[in-house]
Amino acid sequence: MSIAKRLRGSLPLFVMAPSLTLIGVGVYGFIATTFVLSLTSSRMFPKFDFVGFDQYVRLFSNDRWHIAVHNMVIFGGLYMVLGTLLGLLLAIFIDQRIRAEGFFRTVYLYPMALSFVVTGVIWQWMLNPSLGIEKLLHDWGFVEAKFRWLVDPEWAIYTVVIAGVWQVTGFVMAIFLAGLRGVDTEILKAARVDGASPWKTYTRIIIPALRPAFMTVLVVEGNLAIKSYDLVIALTKGGPGISTELPSTFMYSTTFNRNDLALGASSAVIMLMTVAAIVIPYLYMELKDDKR
Amino acid sequence: MTNANVVTANLDARATKSRQRQRIANRVLVYAVLVFFAILFLAPVYTMFLTALKTMPEIQQGNLFALPQNPSFQAFGHVWSEACISVRCTGLRGNVLNSFLMVIPAVLISVSLGALNGYVLTKWRFKYDNLIFGIILFGSFIPFQIVLIPMAFTLGKLHLAGSISGLVLVHVVYGLAFTTLFFRNYFVTVPDDIIKAAKVDGAGFWMTFYRILLPISWPIIMVAVIWQFTGIWNDFLFGVAFTGGENQPLTVALNNLVNTTTGTKAYNQDMAAAMIAAIPTLVVYVFAGKFFVRGLMAGSVKG
Repeated sequence: MSIAKRLRGSLPLFVMAPSLTLIGVGVYGFIATTFVLSLTSSRMFPKFDFVGFDQYVRLFSNDRWHIAVHNMVIFGGLYMVLGTLLGLLLAIFIDQRIRAEGFFRTVYLYPMALSFVVTGVIWQWMLNPSLGIEKLLHDWGFVEAKFRWLVDPEWAIYTVVIAGVWQVTGFVMAIFLAGLRGVDTEILKAARVDGASPWKTYTRIIIPALRPAFMTVLVVEGNLAIKSYDLVIALTKGGPGISTELPSTFMYSTTFNRNDLALGASSAVIMLMTVAAIVIPYLYMELKDDKR
Repeated sequence: MTNANVVTANLDARATKSRQRQRIANRVLVYAVLVFFAILFLAPVYTMFLTALKTMPEIQQGNLFALPQNPSFQAFGHVWSEACISVRCTGLRGNVLNSFLMVIPAVLISVSLGALNGYVLTKWRFKYDNLIFGIILFGSFIPFQIVLIPMAFTLGKLHLAGSISGLVLVHVVYGLAFTTLFFRNYFVTVPDDIIKAAKVDGAGFWMTFYRILLPISWPIIMVAVIWQFTGIWNDFLFGVAFTGGENQPLTVALNNLVNTTTGTKAYNQDMAAAMIAAIPTLVVYVFAGKFFVRGLMAGSVKG
């Protein structure tokens, strides 16, 4: 093979080289670095003295981390369940050959275009204990109404759920709607001929056919939930107190505000492993039957 | 007509009527639910706009949905050029500029690289290309907390700490996974025969890309640009971790403005600031959202 020809043959790899370098260093190299740091006793600056898994022991005996994980379970669970159910409901209703479908789709989906910071700021105002929804209820005649979740340590995490679900539902709807449009119409016709009720058609045929869409939705939601940082910061700043601390806010404040680099790194590793446990099987399945 | 026939005809008519009534009831239910949720989804942004137009005394007397008596854009003017963010009292205009200076190069670079990656991965296939795609794709799922510490030190070493160029670099690195995914999934649907024909006609690597793939790529370019624009514009984590003071992007400045006000909180200003941060992505969404949803649906769900 001539040199020119060989060069041309490796041109595609040259083209991808910058991207692969950036990803190799910025994703995999940095993951490795963070992991290595989590095995050291670094405080403000990295120092490479290996202390084994001491930081993980410290992490799991840290009360603040326990609160963060507990909140993650509440927030992540409700966010995924409510987001999925509402998104599916809206997709099914929009799929009933309605007028102004484009209008409703646009309205449900637009929150996804907003920054989590904007969403947090808006909901902080809506949930304001003296001037927000509580005042609205009073003005509407429910003078006894109380709605102060935002300032109640027991309930504040649920305000994060409300704002998060508000933002994600339209996106979920769009994915389910695409799935619904892809359901084989022949099977639906056959079901109608057999006299199946709409309820049965949905629970027995359509919803099972949406399995790939469910997978996509749950992976996207789980991923968004674990990453959630801006929303909590803008809405509650992790408070009142530390009652809405999440792993993401724990990692940030531990690393950058409390100068406990190695502990922050260990919390980031736990976050990554949680995401990987959800995502890797999904990616594997997607790519396996994607060999066209 | 016999009696029996009349009876069945009557029954049929009654059945049709009750079926019709059932259908109308169903329709009403469907629209009622859809309208209810539409109001629920619009209310927060509606009240954001109303509140931004009110004066503080009005806000204290009224409620979320009370219309402003004398709508004024004063709050907008204040947060645009006078509001204090931490110690600087020059409003958000500088931060709006920062966000544009960050988002435009980051989008152009990440989308261009993504298009090339997608092209190579689908039309110039090589050994382990699927594995490489998987390795790239995983990058779109990582929680960014895992890269914050090394990235902070790396930006320092590159003398990019605290700068907008540093943020551009960061957004290019972590945007590549998404843009590559979009273009790869789009180019996979372009028949290989077209590419082969071009190769036979003597078109090389670049020629094939420019003359054959680019002209048909507009739908996916729209998707990638919209996705990257909203994602980078809305980013907060990288902005807050890697910039400070004058170089902060808009989302970070908005959060500081809202959470550092001393004395009585000026809700009208908070809402005006939130609107300024929301408008660019909302405009993109309203004018180009159609293309995005179409492309998103094609890319995210198979079948």
